[in-house]
Amino acid sequence: MKSERHSGVWILAEQSAGRLGRVSFELLTRGRALADKRGAELTAIVMGAALSDAELDELTARGADRVIAAEAPRLEHFLLEPHAACMCELIARRRPEIVIAAATTTGRTLMPYVAVKVGAGLTADCTELDIEPGTGNLLQTRPAIGGNILATILTPRHRPQMATVRPHSARPAPRRVPACRGQAGPDRTDKVERYRPAEALLAGRVRRVGFTPSGEQRSIQDADSVVAVGRGIKRAENIPLVAALAEAMGAALGATRDVVDRGWLSYPHQIGLSGKTIAPRLYVGVGVSGSIQHLAGMQTAETIVAINNDPDAQIFKVADFGIVADLFEVVPILIEKIGAAKAK
Amino acid sequence: MRIIVPIKQVPETTNVRMDEQTGTMIREGVEAIVNPLDLYAIEAAIRLAEGAPAGECEVVAISMGPPKALVALREAIAMGADSAVLVTDKAFAGSDTWATSCVLAAAIRKLGRFDLVICGERATDGDTGQVGPGIAAWLDIPAVTYVNRVESLGEGRCRVSQLVEDGCQRLEMSLPGLLTVVKDVASPRLPTLRGKQRARRADVPHWGAADLDVAADNLGLAGSPTRVVKIFRPTVARNCRKLAPADERAVEQTAGELAGFLHGKGLL
Repeated sequence: MKSERHSGVWILAEQSAGRLGRVSFELLTRGRALADKRGAELTAIVMGAALSDAELDELTARGADRVIAAEAPRLEHFLLEPHAACMCELIARRRPEIVIAAATTTGRTLMPYVAVKVGAGLTADCTELDIEPGTGNLLQTRPAIGGNILATILTPRHRPQMATVRPHSARPAPRRVPACRGQAGPDRTDKVERYRPAEALLAGRVRRVGFTPSGEQRSIQDADSVVAVGRGIKRAENIPLVAALAEAMGAALGATRDVVDRGWLSYPHQIGLSGKTIAPRLYVGVGVSGSIQHLAGMQTAETIVAINNDPDAQIFKVADFGIVADLFEVVPILIEKIGAAKAK
Repeated sequence: MRIIVPIKQVPETTNVRMDEQTGTMIREGVEAIVNPLDLYAIEAAIRLAEGAPAGECEVVAISMGPPKALVALREAIAMGADSAVLVTDKAFAGSDTWATSCVLAAAIRKLGRFDLVICGERATDGDTGQVGPGIAAWLDIPAVTYVNRVESLGEGRCRVSQLVEDGCQRLEMSLPGLLTVVKDVASPRLPTLRGKQRARRADVPHWGAADLDVAADNLGLAGSPTRVVKIFRPTVARNCRKLAPADERAVEQTAGELAGFLHGKGLL
């Protein structure tokens, strides 16, 4: 789609069982900054089976000028075709200039499909978004080639300009006005628009037949803190030691490729180029040497701690705090000390 | 039954240089491998073919890239793919994911009938994961991403399990359709000697822009909606406070210091 008549910044909010995910509020932070720079309106798009007034009000309270909620039973869970069809139709009708989604399994599936359908440019996994002075184009910056290089990407002619951003790469937008949770404020009807997409848009060739929750295990991409275990742990029987540290810190448990390839932890734990990219507030590497592949998946963490007995391990180059010592000596004591610090 | 596996040849990630002018990778002089995540797609396809009655399911590997990407396709054949097609043309150079998926979709259409397209989750160089869903969009077929298990295939349907943030979703997709697979799906085999011999002898057709039904406007750098305008090195200047405790008492003190550091930053 090549056109001049596009305006407005959209974010794609995500919901699960009718509740908005934290990532939706992170997207509002990104979107609000861009909309203000561009002098444009910020719209939150949300698709689901049924969304409460309270949830939708949360989006306006946290900075959205407008909310468009597409509601239908077929939109309860993310299925590519109905979600993409609704999104494409909204884009065709309303012509946004910028569309941002989270780089989650949903965003990373929906956005490339929609970008092809509407002829838009799309940049994956951006860590920074900005508006180019003068042209008003969206500047999209993302790590490339294993995070060794950052690339800034433009979509000069095609509209909308689409981008996904990594979860946890921005703070969730705070409430600007007290959320009038569910009580119809004077202007909700102006700001929140619910609609039921046409039946034809909801058709799809994929059917959901079941779901198994991952249980206790927290997603390393959603966690504020991640403790990662590397080959320094030596044997599968030693994994519980690091799991105990993770638990003491309230952190999710991650792993290097070595550990996953040996079958000591499952693939969802894997951090790095061939695993997951994480950007938590705190990363703690235990027995992790810091291969390029691994560093690419975690080096944007806010604070990085490393425990390794090799003083020359690469991980120390990106760490804020390092302990050069045998992890089997340090970790049990560290668990105690953390317990004590938390009790303070 | 025919399964198509689009694969990509990627550089070894550690020693890649960029062309500062075009913002694209300099691939010359860099060792190239099959994208490691594509090996899982090849393996998943071969297993499905092996599970079908003999001769009833074929696996075709395709790749868009420079002529040397032929090596990657021969590796796919050595693993067990039945045939391969190389999609190569100077006109494709500089394609972003939008233009790449356009060309690959055109190549798949030219292959004629197919039941399933299986892609790796993403390539380790571009790291976008956009080409798989993009191909599905161009072909107007359904797609399921992040598949960690293919449960069954047949009677025009495919049952899979999909890894999402909070668990595993079981889905049934009607064929033809596209899957992108993650590592859990299958452990890639090594090529056998016989496979390697077969791969050496295999005749791999080369298709250029003229062989495909695709608008010239959609090709290469000119057909790509996105442009790399700047590349730069990230500043990873972190000042590591590195402590090396020499004895048990020092370990205790250091651990205490770390706990204090984390507590002070509100990270506990």
